[in-house]
Amino acid sequence: MSSQPSSAGATPAAGASTGPTEAGPSLAANIAAEVTAFAREVGGDDPVTVVGARTHWDVGGAALAGTREIRAPAGVWEHEPSEMTVRCGAGTTVAELAAHLARTGQMVPLDPVDDAATVGGLLACGFSGHRRLRYGHVRDLVLQTRHVDATGKIVTAGGPTVKNVSGYDLPRLLVGSLGTLGFLAEVILRTLPIPSAAQWLAGDGDPFEAFDLLYRPSSVLWNGAHAWILLEGDPADVAAEANKLEPAGFAACDGPPPIPSAGRESMRPSELRALAGTPGGWIAEVGVGLVHRVAPVQAAQVSPANAALMSQLKQRLDPSHRLNPGRRVW
Amino acid sequence: MASEDDSADAALLAGLRGVLGERARDNDFERGLYSRDGSIEGSPPAIVCLPETAVEVAEIVRICRRHGRPFLARGSGTGLAGGAVPVGRPVVVATAKMDRIVEVDTGNRVAWVEPGVLNLDLSRALTPLGFHFAPDPSSQQVCSIGGNIANNSGGPHCLAYGVTTAHIAALEVVLPSGETTTLGGVEAEPAGLDLRGLFVGSEGTMGIATKAAVRLTPNAPSVRTLLLDFDDVSEGSAAVSAIIAAGLVPSALEMMDQRAIEIVEAFAHAGYPTEAAAVLLVELDGLPGGVEAGVEIVREVALKHHVGHVRVAADDEERALLWKGRKNAFGAVARIKPDYYLHDTVVPRSRLTEVLEQVYRIADAYDLIAVNVFHAGDGNLHPILAFDRREPGVDERVKAAGRDIVAASIEAGGVLSGEHGIGLEKRDYMGMLFSAHDMYTQDVVREAFDPDGFANPLKVIPTGSRCSDSFHQHVPEGAWV
Repeated sequence: MSSQPSSAGATPAAGASTGPTEAGPSLAANIAAEVTAFAREVGGDDPVTVVGARTHWDVGGAALAGTREIRAPAGVWEHEPSEMTVRCGAGTTVAELAAHLARTGQMVPLDPVDDAATVGGLLACGFSGHRRLRYGHVRDLVLQTRHVDATGKIVTAGGPTVKNVSGYDLPRLLVGSLGTLGFLAEVILRTLPIPSAAQWLAGDGDPFEAFDLLYRPSSVLWNGAHAWILLEGDPADVAAEANKLEPAGFAACDGPPPIPSAGRESMRPSELRALAGTPGGWIAEVGVGLVHRVAPVQAAQVSPANAALMSQLKQRLDPSHRLNPGRRVW
Repeated sequence: MASEDDSADAALLAGLRGVLGERARDNDFERGLYSRDGSIEGSPPAIVCLPETAVEVAEIVRICRRHGRPFLARGSGTGLAGGAVPVGRPVVVATAKMDRIVEVDTGNRVAWVEPGVLNLDLSRALTPLGFHFAPDPSSQQVCSIGGNIANNSGGPHCLAYGVTTAHIAALEVVLPSGETTTLGGVEAEPAGLDLRGLFVGSEGTMGIATKAAVRLTPNAPSVRTLLLDFDDVSEGSAAVSAIIAAGLVPSALEMMDQRAIEIVEAFAHAGYPTEAAAVLLVELDGLPGGVEAGVEIVREVALKHHVGHVRVAADDEERALLWKGRKNAFGAVARIKPDYYLHDTVVPRSRLTEVLEQVYRIADAYDLIAVNVFHAGDGNLHPILAFDRREPGVDERVKAAGRDIVAASIEAGGVLSGEHGIGLEKRDYMGMLFSAHDMYTQDVVREAFDPDGFANPLKVIPTGSRCSDSFHQHVPEGAWV
């Protein structure tokens, strides 16, 4: 059933600290040699940045010139279809992960604009894909993270099971932190069955009314003039939901046009209506509140109290600002 | 020592009364009431406060800081890991009077609620609008949204819908500094680090939530509930994995062992087959096509695993009856013994059978009775150890058995807790799962919110996690921990 784990997958970490049990802490007993090697590469001294596929390289601004570049380990290391979990190196491309999971009819709905993107890079950006409406934010798909901190040490947080509240939720803190608090080395993600049917529809009906009409559509996209709706699930349900949309002027199509990626504007879902009649060059995610624009968008502001907390976190986790310098999360 | 404590408490009480009047209390009866939660630990607070507004909560926190006294937020006190047990004579900030549903915003599919709103009250208020709040702990009739946030609570239906954190868009919180801020937001991607995600599940150690924007989940058009019985626990467990492997994500997939079936049936009269070794309660929801196809898949899988009967609830009444047994199972344990200790660990689904066998062996070894009612779909075990507190030495046996169950779960590739949290109960077990450096890092993160250790101190992270003297938690010397 499960794929071959990497030969290094079961190698215990050298020098793993011991806990109160004779066996030692269980999460530290399963650190891949690739992860240990990555930690050595990160080291503890000089400014360093992680390169994925450079598909989202400009997010948060340019890396400081002269920063040493390294790569996170890649590979799908463990996949248990009946557990609905997959463990992979952060440097694994989304395409490789998807191909691996598809063999057993599963997926992780990361949906980057370019699936050459690495899993770690995408999580560091914290960018959800066009099916967030149905499957939630990417951070809700992350069960366990193993990252290398500013001192070059390995930190594991979360846990390998689909449900877990053991300790603070560092995985959610790391998703979207652009590698400024630690470098993702390995993640365990939750997988889902690939829906047995999927159908895009397009039309010029009101996408907000369409959204209210449907039960949990996977995606409702809108550019001010046209809308594209993705239905997924049992074939009979997809057909029935598509029929509901027919009177509103929606018909089957191959899919939406390419989603712009230069600007990413975040608003309340209800605020999207006000975009009607504004100049084109955007595609919005109805029900979510994201607007993808062809031109860059100014970053949103963080309140002074929250900025102070974020600075405290950065100060404590990377006091010398050596991790991914130049990138701004807020 | 006692008189020093008394005069310090009196000054603190005077300060709090200045803001809250008679809603700041120090009588023995209420201090006794707030000395415990749903766990077996207990220790009285110095003072109990019942604020009605976020402004009052912020005032309480500032007064506590001026008096150098820790504070502890408390919802309904149903927590099972001791997260709301007072440590170091704190001021308890009970949120029961902050129970307003402030706004239901269907345009953004969120509701703004105060922390004292009860979980089931919220879903009942949303039902006429076609929505509900997805997390549904077994205590949902009495547990509060604030407590759900603190513990990142789960429930049977979290298998398909995810735990509390996936359903919280934004939080208004009073930070340990006394400052009020909003974490997260109703907008798609709030800027900066996900402080909201960090706060949810932090068990009150990063501040006090005073308002939350919870996500509204649309009610499913179609729901089917099935009861499957098996002669053999291992066949039941194998069926759980096989249902998931068949590509189904049921909205709930619960298991009960024979003892649980017996006590639940005696209470609920739901027609559970008392001769069976195990039953599975399977719920499928969504659009009708997928639900009906799912019922057939479950039936086929169950037959392959030698199911006794496949009972599909015919209507909502029968569904409610089947669930009545499950949701009240813990209380029904009183039929065997007056007290029980409810555990919470998670193991990979494929290891359910073997860990269940170990649970029975451990209970036998400590001369306790184990009853199992649990979220099998996500491998979330809830062994109940039934006992009689009047038996001499039984507390020690219960605790030792609990530790062995946690160790067995972790040995099988599991984790410490699926939904109850760490609190005091499992704080000192954190090292079974995490390395010293993992725990140090978690504590550094906590410290960014609360450098002086005023918010619910000495919970979650064991005290030995910081090698240096920098482990600041605001607790008097010699306090009970």
